Amino acid sequence: MELQSYLFLSAITFVIGVVGVLSRRNAIIVFMSIELMLNSVNLTLVAFSAFLGDVTGQMLVFFAMTVAAAEAAIGLAIIIAMFRNKQTVNIDDINILKW
Amino acid sequence: MALESVAPKKQSNQQSSSTNNFLRPSVTIEIFLFYTLGAVSVGSALMMVTRRSPVMSALYLILNFFALGGLYLSLHAQFIAFIQILVYAGAIMVLFVFVIMLLNLGDEKKLNERFSWKKIVGAGLSFGVLMELLFVFAYSKANLPPSQFEKATEIGTVENIGMQLFTTFLFPFEVTSVLLLAAIVGAVVLAKKKLN
Repeated sequence: MELQSYLFLSAITFVIGVVGVLSRRNAIIVFMSIELMLNSVNLTLVAFSAFLGDVTGQMLVFFAMTVAAAEAAIGLAIIIAMFRNKQTVNIDDINILKW
Repeated sequence: MALESVAPKKQSNQQSSSTNNFLRPSVTIEIFLFYTLGAVSVGSALMMVTRRSPVMSALYLILNFFALGGLYLSLHAQFIAFIQILVYAGAIMVLFVFVIMLLNLGDEKKLNERFSWKKIVGAGLSFGVLMELLFVFAYSKANLPPSQFEKATEIGTVENIGMQLFTTFLFPFEVTSVLLLAAIVGAVVLAKKKLN
């Protein structure tokens, strides 16, 4: 198995996440697409780490997972607060920061 | 004396070569695992993006995380693979499913909205990003150092990761605890009933 194969796979998954962020209107699904993008980058880092024989990539994945956990907790709290105020999670209706 | 010093060395050599043969999966199994798990990963990602119901999306995302955990295992990153299953598929996705059910969301009404120029620009940009990434990855082949995949069995173990975490990466590890504390406080404050 080559390094390139893993990189191609992660590129494809990343772009699926980009499409999800751009095309979906539900804030929670947009958020899950962001998690998908984070995970595809983690796959790139682990693949590089394995094929270059260096542990730094896996450490970076460990810290990225910590940040992702914190981000998920905060993001979902924000979504709950928005839902409480507006009774919706459709991002077309949540536009008070739009100029 | 001389015999004593030679004998253990020979034994350790034998041992290391036998463990290497044992730990290194055969090439065909590796290719089979990569294509199976890769297909599951891409397929579940596509399903996640296209489902109307948020609960179905979350379940397909969990499937995607399990496939990624398998890919990490095939790259000999044991620790990261188990953390992926425990933290992502376990903790984070439970939080997502919990919030989806708490908000009692229905299906998204219009998945395919009217045909607008924004959609075309978005699809074009996504395609551009994909082509760019594939081109960069394909082109980078000549510049990469030679593969050291034989060493991968040693670097991904819990022992080695723990050793690195508490020596080289001790400061980032400690900063992480502050980040998690801030996240706990932030989540409690944001989800409170009234913001004062």
